[in-house]
Amino acid sequence: MVTYIWVFFIVIGSLFTIANGGIANLNSEILKGGSDGIKLLLDMLPLLVLWTGIMQIAEDSHLLDLFAKLVRPLLSKLFPSLPKDHPAIGYIASNIAANALGLGSAATPFGLKAMECLQKENPQKDTATEAMITFLVLNTGGVTVIPTTVIALRMMYQSANPTEIILTSILATFISNIAGLIFDYRKRRKNHG
Amino acid sequence: MANLANYIVPVFVLGIILYAFHKKVNIYESFLVGAKEGIVTTFKIAPAVIAMVFATNIFLNSHFLEFVFSYFQPLLTSLGIPIQILPMAMIRPISGTATLAIMTNIFQNYGPDSFVGRLASNLQGCTDTTIYVLALYFGSIKVTKTKHALQAGLFADLVGIISAFIITWLFFG
Repeated sequence: MVTYIWVFFIVIGSLFTIANGGIANLNSEILKGGSDGIKLLLDMLPLLVLWTGIMQIAEDSHLLDLFAKLVRPLLSKLFPSLPKDHPAIGYIASNIAANALGLGSAATPFGLKAMECLQKENPQKDTATEAMITFLVLNTGGVTVIPTTVIALRMMYQSANPTEIILTSILATFISNIAGLIFDYRKRRKNHG
Repeated sequence: MANLANYIVPVFVLGIILYAFHKKVNIYESFLVGAKEGIVTTFKIAPAVIAMVFATNIFLNSHFLEFVFSYFQPLLTSLGIPIQILPMAMIRPISGTATLAIMTNIFQNYGPDSFVGRLASNLQGCTDTTIYVLALYFGSIKVTKTKHALQAGLFADLVGIISAFIITWLFFG
């Protein structure tokens, strides 16, 4: 699926640019595409290293297990295919918690780690498991409780009440996530026949 | 509230370290093990990130999206949906930085307390960069058959966009 998007982006983007006489721009765009990717990676690297380091401490002290145990009742309902003590649960929970607090940069390392844990027990390595899809639905829905970045930007532009959008954000997030989960649930039911 | 948000990360980090200290974990060693894993992960996701940024750049800079939404303009105007929100809603699943740039632009031109400013704020909170996250997460573990993940993610985004508009209208309209 990602393949189609990738091809679509490049083909449509290129043809549309050429049609509008932007061949010179397209040329430079293609040549600098790689360095933009590297720049993004370099921005991510320190955060990834820092958070996986911190989370390793939490894992070794069994704090992560404790946290996983706390949220297990809820998560095992969302991820019925995962065994109760699956190592991914702690990371899934941490990822959701970090996203909920608006800490997107901390959420990514936890999410990648969760995917790695899920992949370990995946019998078909090139195919997504049910748990992976449910996890990504929750992730792309962005379970925000405190939209930190938005509040900071609203403050910067002198909003009279920067935090007034918290409640409405939570409401909208809640609805979009429920919609995604229902979609996922129905697909899963259909696949099971 | 925003001040309170500043405490989240330090309290989180301190809590983990103090708890591990209490449990007599070799904290420094643990950190090094984890940090090394972070470096390995970065290399693992590098191809997916570079590939996605490459394609996204070409696509966004072609202004194809602007071309598409020029057709939607009359429909949106008649529904009372501010046209400025459309670029943001359409780029949201692809690029986080591009979305933030558009939102900043909306704040600058219309103010964060305008209807479109509030709508942008809610939109930012309720959806995420679906396509980018999918490419990154599945790319990192080399999963190519993603089944209904994209449809579910984009469906949630669409519902998010619509509900953000209705909620903003109900609360602040």
